[in-house]
Amino acid sequence: MLRYTVQKLFHTAFVALGVVTLAFAALRMSGDPASTMLPGDASVEELQALRHALGLDRPIYVQYGQFLFDALRGDFGTSFRHGQPAMDLVLERLPATLELAFVALILAAVVALPMGILAAIHRGRLTDFLAMGFAVVGQSTPSFWLGIMLILLVSVWLNWLPTSGRGGPEHLILPAITLGAQFAALLARLTRTSMLEVLGQDFLTTARAKGLREGTVVLRHALKNAAVPVITLAGLQFGTLLGGAVVTETIFAWPGVGRLAVQSIFTRDYPVVQAGVFVLALTFVLINLLVDLLYGRLDPRIRHA
Amino acid sequence: MSTTLEGTAALPQPAVAPRRRARRVPWKLILPAIPVLLALVVALAAPWIAPHSPSETELGARLRPPVWEAGGGPTRLLGSDRTGRDVLSRLLWGAQVSLPIAIAATVLGATVGSTLGLISGYYRGPVDGVVTKLIDVQLAFPFVLFAISVIAVAGPSFGVLVVVLAIGSWVGHARIMRGLALGLREREYIQAARALGAGGPRILLKHLLPNVLSVILVLATFDIGRAIILEATLSFLGLGVQPPTPSWGSDLRDAASYIQLAWWTATFPGLAIMIVVLGVNLLGDALRDWLDPRSIRGTPGAP
Repeated sequence: MLRYTVQKLFHTAFVALGVVTLAFAALRMSGDPASTMLPGDASVEELQALRHALGLDRPIYVQYGQFLFDALRGDFGTSFRHGQPAMDLVLERLPATLELAFVALILAAVVALPMGILAAIHRGRLTDFLAMGFAVVGQSTPSFWLGIMLILLVSVWLNWLPTSGRGGPEHLILPAITLGAQFAALLARLTRTSMLEVLGQDFLTTARAKGLREGTVVLRHALKNAAVPVITLAGLQFGTLLGGAVVTETIFAWPGVGRLAVQSIFTRDYPVVQAGVFVLALTFVLINLLVDLLYGRLDPRIRHA
Repeated sequence: MSTTLEGTAALPQPAVAPRRRARRVPWKLILPAIPVLLALVVALAAPWIAPHSPSETELGARLRPPVWEAGGGPTRLLGSDRTGRDVLSRLLWGAQVSLPIAIAATVLGATVGSTLGLISGYYRGPVDGVVTKLIDVQLAFPFVLFAISVIAVAGPSFGVLVVVLAIGSWVGHARIMRGLALGLREREYIQAARALGAGGPRILLKHLLPNVLSVILVLATFDIGRAIILEATLSFLGLGVQPPTPSWGSDLRDAASYIQLAWWTATFPGLAIMIVVLGVNLLGDALRDWLDPRSIRGTPGAP
């Protein structure tokens, strides 16, 4: 288990390095940040001065090294707009994003797991058809439009829940549904497939032959073995959830990292965009590490492979 | 990828059996194809079938409801937006923007991804190491965030959108193609081809590619749906197609700001996206079942 853990840690460090490099490349590959930061009528001297101040006149590998070093310390510079360190602004809003993503994940799991299990047990029957129909429609619906429709229906017409902002639990319901819907659809389909694969195997026949009740067979024996791909997906999808939070937060004016990042694009506040993207990506990488370690525990075959 | 054919054939034959083409096309394939084809026709014919210009504003006809509601009229079948532009016409013209971006991005992503995947799976070694690391890094970077950081600096344009969406889709292809190539390279008919002196590129193109073409096709179908949603999402965030160009995503961005006044502007573009993507997804499902009848039904479509 130790070797497996060390391996995964190395892998995570490598991927984190890749993420920082990608962020650096995204910033640099589209030309001179100095000229995009200054107004169009800025003089050549002003441009040179800013380039020097930002270190853009140094060789690219020195810039990259500096960027890596700064990123390691969580230093992405100062927000042009707020005058505070970009990282502080982002970290201030991280709890809101994590709260939303976490509730969405739980909500999706609570809906999708029973749906997938039931569909697998009743394969080919009406339950299966309805559950999978629901899932494919869910996968085909853009989440931002689902959010708009929920606001229209529940907030504007029925006037049941607030349209935006963060506050009590009533503020969390619509954003969490919006964020979790696509994930729920995917999760339901995967749970069904995974269960179908397990349900046909010999050890379940053995369990039944022992005289165990069907409920025990399905929940104790089948589900445990079907869990590995499902948990893997949940981990991978948490990143998509964090990315989706950008959209959901924008629709519901949820004060999280995603909304901050999008707003910062329009105000050309690049340090904040960088810091926001970096923090969300890093959160995602760390969660995947957790998932890797978790299923190494769940399935001994993986950590010895 | 039939195993029976390859084992007996002395010559390396692609596993595509001719009788497969003779099979009847099932309704499950035809039905979802209808909305997809319809959207393509609409995209092509928008200039002739749209009742109004998509950018023509008419201040006297602002916020008209659809024809079946009180206050609606036959000249504005799906109503008008807050500057009096015709919702139906913008919907039809919007197809002309959303679909080409999604299709171009998918073709680019599928080509690059499949090529890298097949090469790395077939040759293995250092190439494979680089490609798998690339895949891991990309998978670790939530796509919307990546798109945001690129578009924030590069600015939105047709080309940038296509490239960004293609970067989002190549990984799925590369991963699956690599896996298939790893398995196929050990097959007898590939080894026979190698023994006969065929070089790497020839084996890749003549022997591997025909066997994985159907998988590429199925993956690409799902990718088109994904790309349509992602393009709409980016446009909704203001990072995709820019107004006044009609696009389903940016129209929804506009509509969301006055949702209390008009439900129709916020409803129809989303409905259009949903129906087309649903068609594409069901088409992908049906295509997979049709091309490979042994595949388990209901495996998740998105890679």
